[in-house]
Amino acid sequence: MSPLVALWALPLAPAAAALAGFLLPLKAKRTASLLAVAGVAAAVLALVLVYTTGGLSSVDGDETRFISDGPALVRFGSVAVTLSVGMSQLTWWVGLVVVVVALMVQVYSIGYLRADDERYNPYAAQISLFTAAMLLVVVADDLVLLMIGWEVMGACSYLLIGHDRKLPQAPAAAVKAFLVTRVADVAFLIGVLMLGFHIGSFRVDAIAEYALENGHSTMLTVSAVLIMIGAFGKSAQFPLHTWLPDAMAGPTPISALIHAATMVAAGAYVLVRLSQLLFTAGTATFLQIVAVVSMVVAALAALATDDLKRVLAWSTVSQVAYMMAAAGIGAWDESIFYLVGHGFFKALLFLTAGAVIHMTGTNSMSAMGGLRKGAPVTFWTMTIGFAALIGLPPLTGFYAKEHVLSHAYGHEHLVFYGGLATALLTAAYATRAWLRTFFGAPRGEAHAHDPNPWMLWPLLILAVPTVALGAVMSFLPSPPIGAGAADPTAMGLTMTAIAVGIGLAWGIWRTDKAADPARVLGPLGPVFEQAGYVNQIQDALIVTPVRFLATVARRSDESLVDGAAEGAGKGIGLLGRAVALTHRAGMPRHVLSVLAGALLIGAAAVVIGVWG
Amino acid sequence: MNALLIAVVAVPALGAGAAAVLGYLKKERAAAIAGTAFAALGLVLAALLALDHSGAPWSRVRTEWVPLLHLDFDLGVDGVSYPLVVLSGLLTLLCCAFTVWKKTDRPHLLIALLLIVDAGMLGVFLSLNLVLFFVFFEVVLLPMFAIIAGWGGANRRHAAVKFALYTLLGSLLLLVGIFVVVTGAETGDIIAITASGGGGLSRNTQLLAFVLLAVGLAIKAPLWPLHSWLPDAHTEAPTVGSVILAGVLLKMGTYGLIRVAVGVAPEGASRAALVLGVLAVVAILVAGLVCLAQTELKRLIAYSSVGHMGFVLLGIATLTPAGLTAALLGNIAHGLITGLLFFLAGAVKDRAHTGELARLGGLREVAPGLSGLLGFTALASLGLPGLAGFWGEAFAVYAAIQRHQALWTVLAVLAAIGAALAAAYLLRMLRLVTHGGTGEAVAAIARPGLARYEWASYTPLAAGALVLGLAPFLVQAPIAEAVTGILQAVAR
Repeated sequence: MSPLVALWALPLAPAAAALAGFLLPLKAKRTASLLAVAGVAAAVLALVLVYTTGGLSSVDGDETRFISDGPALVRFGSVAVTLSVGMSQLTWWVGLVVVVVALMVQVYSIGYLRADDERYNPYAAQISLFTAAMLLVVVADDLVLLMIGWEVMGACSYLLIGHDRKLPQAPAAAVKAFLVTRVADVAFLIGVLMLGFHIGSFRVDAIAEYALENGHSTMLTVSAVLIMIGAFGKSAQFPLHTWLPDAMAGPTPISALIHAATMVAAGAYVLVRLSQLLFTAGTATFLQIVAVVSMVVAALAALATDDLKRVLAWSTVSQVAYMMAAAGIGAWDESIFYLVGHGFFKALLFLTAGAVIHMTGTNSMSAMGGLRKGAPVTFWTMTIGFAALIGLPPLTGFYAKEHVLSHAYGHEHLVFYGGLATALLTAAYATRAWLRTFFGAPRGEAHAHDPNPWMLWPLLILAVPTVALGAVMSFLPSPPIGAGAADPTAMGLTMTAIAVGIGLAWGIWRTDKAADPARVLGPLGPVFEQAGYVNQIQDALIVTPVRFLATVARRSDESLVDGAAEGAGKGIGLLGRAVALTHRAGMPRHVLSVLAGALLIGAAAVVIGVWG
Repeated sequence: MNALLIAVVAVPALGAGAAAVLGYLKKERAAAIAGTAFAALGLVLAALLALDHSGAPWSRVRTEWVPLLHLDFDLGVDGVSYPLVVLSGLLTLLCCAFTVWKKTDRPHLLIALLLIVDAGMLGVFLSLNLVLFFVFFEVVLLPMFAIIAGWGGANRRHAAVKFALYTLLGSLLLLVGIFVVVTGAETGDIIAITASGGGGLSRNTQLLAFVLLAVGLAIKAPLWPLHSWLPDAHTEAPTVGSVILAGVLLKMGTYGLIRVAVGVAPEGASRAALVLGVLAVVAILVAGLVCLAQTELKRLIAYSSVGHMGFVLLGIATLTPAGLTAALLGNIAHGLITGLLFFLAGAVKDRAHTGELARLGGLREVAPGLSGLLGFTALASLGLPGLAGFWGEAFAVYAAIQRHQALWTVLAVLAAIGAALAAAYLLRMLRLVTHGGTGEAVAAIARPGLARYEWASYTPLAAGALVLGLAPFLVQAPIAEAVTGILQAVAR
C-alpha cells in the first residue's frame, strides 16, 4: 500500500464510520458501537502502515517525513486549496495519541452510557467524526484543509457537550464552546486568507519557505497574531478560556477526548507546525506571555474549585500552556512530546474521574472522600495519572516537564519561572484533588466499586504509556520523540517546587481531613476560581452589547427600513385616493375644467410658438 | 445541442400546460403526477447540457425575433449558468414531488405554477439577449405572486402584493437600464457587449446603466436596504414557495448582476463596486443581528438569507475572479442549504402548528430525525468548513482581502465577523428549537416521524450540501473560464 493511501485512510476511516453511524437506526446500538470501534481501529492500522511505508521508520528525528503535493480541491482566481497531506516522525506521535485515546474513549463509552442512552448511536458517530477531524488536522499540509478539521472539531464539541439531556446547563455550555472558538476562528480565518493571498499558497511548507526567504514583515506579524488568536480559542488559553470549564457539562469520556487528544491540543499542535512563521514574524514573545498567564491563572483556578472535573479542566488549560510556552521558546520537539505525554495521562485522569463520578453520582469533591477502599483499580490508575500530572519521576509527565523547563532554564526566564511556579501549583492542586477524592472519611453515601470491564480496561491500557513512555524513550540511543537535555539545576529547582506543592497540600489537609485544604486561600479562593473574571468581562463587553444591537437592529429594520417601504405604499395609496376625490365632481365643473385645459394648451402653444 | 437548449425551457412550460389541462378535466392526481414527470424530465435535460462544454458559451441557439427592439431569441449555456440551471431543475422537481405526496389544496394548480416559475427562471439563466432576459425575468413574477396569494399563510394577501409591487419596481428600473444599454450599443447580445467592454457606451452612460440595472436586480437578490419584501413573502409563502423563492428566485438577482450588470457595463461596475461592497457588508451584519433577536422560525431563516446573499454580493463587488467564483459557489450552496432549511421549517410548522421559537424546544426528544437534519443544515448554513456554505463565504472574504486596500480589508473583517454572527443566531435557533425542555407546541406533536416523501425531498439537498462541501471543484471548475471572460472588460 502506498503511504499516501494510508495517510488518507487515517482521517477517512473514522469519517466513514461516522457517516454510517449517523444513518443507523437508533435501536441498533450494538452495530453502532462495533462500527465506531472499527472506524478508529482502522485508523490505528493506517497509522502503522504510514510508519512502515512512509519512510518514517528510519530513525532520524524530525527530518524523516512524507509529504504529498495534492491536487487542487478548488481554485479562487490565482490561489488554490490543495489536498496536500504529510506526516513527520513528530506528527506521527500526535496521530498515535489521537487514535489510542479515541479508541479508549469509544470502548469506555460502551460501558459508560450505551445501556441507558437512546441517543448512543449519534453520540458514537460524533466521536468518530471528532476523531476524523483531529486526524485531518494532524495530516493536513494545507491550512484551508486543516481548517476543515479544525472547525468540524468545534461543531462536534458543540454536539457532544450538549448531549446530556438531564443537565439544564448543557445546551448553553455547548453553544458557548462553539461560539467562543468560532469567534477566535474569525481571526484564524483572516490570518490564513492573508497568508494565502500574499504567498499564493496555503501550504504549510510554502509558508515556512516564504518566511525564511523574505524575513520579517508587517503582513507576517499580523497574520501570525491572528492565527495565534485562533489557536488560543481552540486551546482555551487566556482570555479565551471561558468555554472550557462550562464544557464539563459534556459526558466525561467526551471531556477526555476534547482535552487529551483533540480540540484543546490542536491549538498547540498548529502553532508548532507554523513555528517558522511565528518566529520570523517576531510573535514568539507574545506567545510566551499568553502561555505563562494562562498556566498560572488556570492552576490557581484548579486550586480553588470543588468540582473534580473542573480541576481537570483547568489543569488542561494550564498544561496546554506549557506546550504553548515550549513552542514560544523554540522547543518544538519538547512541545510535541509534552502534548503526547499529556494526551495519555489526561485521558487517563478524565476516564478515571468518569469512574469516580459513575460511582458517586456527583462531580463535587465535597461529597467524595474515602473512595480508595473498594475501588483499587480506579484508585491506582488515577493516582498514576495525578503523579504524571505533577511530574513525578519516572513517569512520562516528569520527562515532559523536565525537557521544557531545562530548555528554558538560563535564557528564557519568563517561561522558566512561570513554569516553575505552575509546577508548584500543579503539585498542590493535584495532591488536594487526590486526597479529597480518595482519602479521609467518606462524605457521600456512595458505595465504592470499580467500574465494568468496558470502562476498566481503557484505564489499565492508558496507564501503560503514562508510566513508561518517557522512561523507554530516555533509554533509547536516538529516540524518535522525547529526546532532550536535562539541566541538573533546572531539574533540582523543579523537584523542589513540586515537593513544596505536595507538602503544602498534604500538610494543610492533615490538619482537618474532612475540610477542603483550599480553605486557607480564604477570600482569595472565589477570586481564583473566577480565573480573572473574564466571563463577566466577556458578558459585559461582548454579549450584552451584541444582544442590545440585535434588538435595535430588529426594531429599526422593522420600523425604519420596512416602515419606509410600507409607508411609501400607503402614501401612494392615499395620494391616489386624494386625486380620485378631486375628480369626483358634477358635469358643469368637468366641462369647465376641460375648457380651462384647452385654454392652457392653447396658451402654451402660443408661448412656445413665439419663444421657440 | 440547440434543440436541447430549447427543450430545457420548453419542457417545464409544457408540463405546466399538461398539468393545467388534466386538472381542468378533473384528473387532479394525474395532473400533479404528470407535472412532476415533466419536472423530472426537465432536470435530466438540464443536466445533459454539460455534455458538450468545449465552446464559449458551451452551446447557443439564436434567431431574430423583434429586430426593432433588439429582441432575439438567444439562448446559451456556460459555466456560470449551468450550475444554476441544474439547481432550478432539482428544486422544482423536489417541490413538485413534495406537493404530490403532501396533502395540498389544488395540487395540480400549484405544480403548474411551479413549472411556469421554473421555465421563467431557466429562461433568465439561459438568455444571452438583454431584452429576452427581461421578458423571462417578468414571466416569474405573476405565478410566484399566485403561489403566495393562493397557498400562503394568514397574512398572504399583504405579503403577495408587497412582493409583486416591490419587485415590479425593480423590474421597471431594470427595463430602463436595459434600454439604456440596448439603444446605446445597438444590440441586445450580452456576449457581444461584454466582449466589447460595454458596447461602446461612454463612462457616464455605463455608470447610469449599471446603477439602474444593479438596483433593479438588487431588489431581487435582495440587497439591504431593499430587502423588506422578503421576510414577509417567505413567512407567508407555502413551504414549496419559500424553497423556490430562496433556493433559486433570489439567484436571478445575483446571476443578473454578474451576467448583465457587470457584463454589459463593466466600467460602471468598477466605479460603483465599493458602494455595492459596503451595502453587502451592512446586509451581512444587519441580517445577522436581526436574526439574533428574531422570534419566528421562518422569518429568521428569511433574514439569514439576506445575510448569505450579502456574502454573494460582496464577492461580486470585488470584481475579481476569486470574488465571482466565490459568489457563484455561494449562490449554489445557499440554494441547497436554505432550500432545505425552508423545507425543514415547514416540517416543524406543519407538526407544531407554530413557528414561534418561544413555544418550540426539545424537538430532539420528540422528533430525532427531523431535529438531526435541522442541526446538520444549520451547521451547513453557518458556513462550517467541509459543507457547501463555507467556500463561498470564506472566499468572498478572501476576495475582499485580495483587493488590498484599507477599506476593502475592513469590509473583509466585518464580513468575517458577520460569519461568526451567523453561528451565533443559528446555534441560538437550535437551542430554542431542538435542545432544552420540551415546548408546549412540540409536546402536542401527533406524528413526529418524517414520512417517506419528506425524506425523499430532503436528502438530495442534504447530500448536495455535503458533496459540494467536500468537492467544491464540481461547481468551480466549469465556472473558471466563463468568469475570466466576464471580467476581461473590467480589467481593461
